[in-house]
Amino acid sequence: MSMRLNGLIRKEFLQIMRDPSSIAIAFLMPLVLLLLFGYGVSLDSEHIPLGVVVEAPSADSSNFAAAFPESRYFHIVHFQDTHQAVESMMAGRVNAIVVLKQDFPKRSRQPDGAPVQLILNGVDENTARIISGYVDGALQKWLEHDAAMRGDQLHSPIRMAQRVWFNGELRSRNFLVPGLIAVIMTLIGALLTALVMAREWERGTMEALLVTPISMNEVILGKLIPYFILGMGGLALSVAMALWLFEVPLRGSLWVLFAASALFLIAALGMGLLISSVAKSQFVAGQVAIIGTFLPAFILSGFIFDINSMPGFVQAITHVIAARYYVAILQTLFLVGDEWSVILPNAAALVLLAAIFLGITWKKTRKRLG
Amino acid sequence: MWNRIFALMVKEFLALLKDRKGRLVLVVPPLVQLMVFGYAATFDLKNVPYAVYSEDRGYVSRDLLAAFNGSSNFTLIAHPGDEREIAPLVDSRKVLMVMRIGPNFSSDLSSGRASTIQIIVDGRNSNTAMLVVNYAATIVQKFNREWAARHDAAIPVHIETRSWFNPNLESRWFFIPGIVGLLTLLVTILVTALSVAREREQGTFDQLLVTPMSPLEILMGKALPGFLIGILEATLITLAAVFWFEVPLLGSILTLYTGVFLFLLSAVGVGLMISSIAVTQQQGLLGAFFFMVPAIILSGFATPIRNMPTIVQDLTLLNPMRYFLVVLRGVFLQGTPFHLLIPQLWPLAAIGIASLAIAGWLFRNRMY
Repeated sequence: MSMRLNGLIRKEFLQIMRDPSSIAIAFLMPLVLLLLFGYGVSLDSEHIPLGVVVEAPSADSSNFAAAFPESRYFHIVHFQDTHQAVESMMAGRVNAIVVLKQDFPKRSRQPDGAPVQLILNGVDENTARIISGYVDGALQKWLEHDAAMRGDQLHSPIRMAQRVWFNGELRSRNFLVPGLIAVIMTLIGALLTALVMAREWERGTMEALLVTPISMNEVILGKLIPYFILGMGGLALSVAMALWLFEVPLRGSLWVLFAASALFLIAALGMGLLISSVAKSQFVAGQVAIIGTFLPAFILSGFIFDINSMPGFVQAITHVIAARYYVAILQTLFLVGDEWSVILPNAAALVLLAAIFLGITWKKTRKRLG
Repeated sequence: MWNRIFALMVKEFLALLKDRKGRLVLVVPPLVQLMVFGYAATFDLKNVPYAVYSEDRGYVSRDLLAAFNGSSNFTLIAHPGDEREIAPLVDSRKVLMVMRIGPNFSSDLSSGRASTIQIIVDGRNSNTAMLVVNYAATIVQKFNREWAARHDAAIPVHIETRSWFNPNLESRWFFIPGIVGLLTLLVTILVTALSVAREREQGTFDQLLVTPMSPLEILMGKALPGFLIGILEATLITLAAVFWFEVPLLGSILTLYTGVFLFLLSAVGVGLMISSIAVTQQQGLLGAFFFMVPAIILSGFATPIRNMPTIVQDLTLLNPMRYFLVVLRGVFLQGTPFHLLIPQLWPLAAIGIASLAIAGWLFRNRMY
């Protein structure tokens, strides 16, 4: 058996060498994707353009407008009148406008106080929320300062002190890069294998294989082993880039990282094999691989979007997405450490998924023999 | 000439639609994705699991906790009685946030002194962490305002917030118009990028070459089906967005389709470029991938272009998705009139024509 398996593996490697696109998938793709994400994607909003309109300049209003200083997070644009500012917001030049109306100085001396209008462009709601939080915070600070100046009653009795664990300076790269490794490994696993089985069927070489004494187990193993080696190579490259290029801390141990990745890769390769043995044509297999693996790994894995906030049926779907478990393991390994209460259950889920995917592939392929 | 192109188009459609799986792949996955992603892609947090470690038994802390319990954003799941229980709760991801209230909290407030509560947040996903902090701050600020009102403190200024175009700040309204663009791109590129490679691999491309068709005719015969499928796909998803997800479509349909049409020029052009270079379907698929992933990531689909480094921002000027997303979100949510979208439409047209021209050139030079 081992000789036949060796032969198959050699054949697969020869095919990999002949069509360099497999090598590109394993090594060029992680490189390109990590560079793209690492440098291109950031959730750290900085320099958000915020318009400020003071309709009737006075001592009071300019005192208040000074509560919105230029900072790393906000770029303040001053306008003479509201109409101008609104036009600027429609054209996308500012994301929100703070308006101090004509009657601001007068009403700020009255008991119920002067209203300050905050108009948000709600299209990009994430940015809108950040702005709203910032403006509220700036107001609180100003009120406290103002009350202290006048020796007045306390306006904000409760202060909130926040401590963010594991990623104190909230660097989005620290969670994007580990999550991205999961997306990349999904792609490598599925793309590498999705096409190979379908290719054998499409070219008729699968039938040629079937008349040899090679068993189906050997065919599956013969496909898995070469691409597993290629995939682990891609992983090593990704981890090296994460640590040295993007300087993401690795607080867990390296061997746990590689062991978990090996488990995940087997599940991902199994998924790819399953797709290709069901699809039988490269066109369909390719479509399903992209739609069924990349996008779920991106959106349903908890990599960017919080799984707890999704509706029940979507949460149920995420349970069959292998990337979900891998993302949890990776983010914990990189930022927290060898936290077994997270790693063990997720690793167990990966083993289960890998067994299911490979089991169905094995059954499907065997059926066709009969 | 048109007869021949038409014949090739019919053949292309037959090749795509002849088997059941091929047909299903064009319709079912995009719809499933729209459903799943429409519900999943959101930055709104619900049911954030949190714990409270309170050493205070006074009524003020009970009021504050009631404010948190009343919010649909938070779900209280643990009440540790000991400080040492906090770290394991956070480490094992059982809770995202722990609120600590000190022993003198209520008495401080009753005697007119300010008091501090501590919020500990799991920073593994820094974006979620920031949102949790924001939500908590909003609740605390509201509590403060009510406290001040009850204790007759005159507040000189208050904020009236209004958000235009998306009054409830629903994340879904931001993402779904984006998904229309994303899925249109995905299907169009896949259909066109693999079409020539498949013929090459099956040897039928040689047969096509010995027919009286000119390269231009073959190119058009390959381009038009991709174009039609793209328009159908965009229509299907727009309908689902409006009638299923009830995202408002305020602008004119004509403006929307001008955007779709110009965007498809680029999508088909890039797809055919990949197609004429790729020898095998695997290469075609890979090429599609290497174009699509950056096109989606650097388009402003999930993260603002403003956050990217300047060089990358300049690079996005070449990305047709970037302009298409502005058109989609503008027409859907803002009802932006045609003339305000011209700065987006002309680059789309330019990129489309350029990519089709390059595809034509590559086709002629790589065919024989």
